[in-house]
Amino acid sequence: MNPSSPSNKSGEASVFFITSEELLNWSRSSSLWPLTFGLACCAIEMMGAMASNYDLERFGIFPRPSPRQSDIMIVSGTVTYKMADRIRRLYEQMSEPRYVISMGSCANCGGPYWQHGYHVVKGVDKIIPVDVYVPGCPPRPEALIDGFLKLQEKIRAEHPLTGDKPTPSLPAEERRKA
Amino acid sequence: MLTNEEVAQTIIQQFGDAVSDFDDPFDLLTFSVTREQIIPLIQYLKEHPTYQIAFLTDITAVHYPDSPGRELCVVYHMHSFVNNYRVRVKVYLPAEDPHIPTATKQHLSANWMERETFDLFGVIFDGHPDLRRILNMEEMDYHPMLKQYPLEDATREDKIDALFGR
Repeated sequence: MNPSSPSNKSGEASVFFITSEELLNWSRSSSLWPLTFGLACCAIEMMGAMASNYDLERFGIFPRPSPRQSDIMIVSGTVTYKMADRIRRLYEQMSEPRYVISMGSCANCGGPYWQHGYHVVKGVDKIIPVDVYVPGCPPRPEALIDGFLKLQEKIRAEHPLTGDKPTPSLPAEERRKA
Repeated sequence: MLTNEEVAQTIIQQFGDAVSDFDDPFDLLTFSVTREQIIPLIQYLKEHPTYQIAFLTDITAVHYPDSPGRELCVVYHMHSFVNNYRVRVKVYLPAEDPHIPTATKQHLSANWMERETFDLFGVIFDGHPDLRRILNMEEMDYHPMLKQYPLEDATREDKIDALFGR
């Protein structure tokens, strides 16, 4: 009988051990609350990812209406120069640890506006630090979910208590061997 | 049911030499009016007892860099809900004097549309309560929709759809 299986509850207490760092990383990576805002057509895909078909909430990803309560900012769409100030301010209002996903070509590099767009910031990483870039124009919800999984991997490699550099993540092949 | 012919005759009777260039592309009555008469015209169409062309659909502008003295064209679209009738009015302005009176006293909706036209084309609406840029950042020192900036090379291959996953 497997005591950890939910169908085999005996009522007896069980104990498991975990380092506090792993606990922190687990809790941070399992409740990534994004700031609710969208900038362009990528936001439609983001909304699709949050709605019932793709259901981001099963990863603990639940949009919040205030930057004070948010852990992550999804820059979903074209960042205009006029919006750049506001993005920066919202980012600064978020409490640490804070993460940024740049979603779509416009936020990554300016997208179709990257040379002649008089109104578009050529990549949101010119304003705020970006953790994960999701390519696509716009990316499908699966791609955004993949971006979140990559970010969770990144968070799990962090050392929030010692302040050491993150453990470098293994390439996929070696991870399978290990 | 209003006909273009009938409305055009009424406007010519009322405004005489100030209106010109009557046309009806796609059955949409289109004509030009002088800068001095645009506000009386908007007022007249709005208050006309049967036409009641009282809804301002759009204000925009067009830049014609190759026609001297008529470089800027401000375009008004108006709609009569009662008659389901639309009309388009153009005002040509010289580039060195892009001033036109504001329509905000006739239509409150003109406020943001005139700010947009100022932002993108540099048309100055005299008497506007708050003529600031609306879409672009305040620090911008040019009007981006004027046809005086180089176009991008149409043959370039580094921005094709395949590179953007389309």
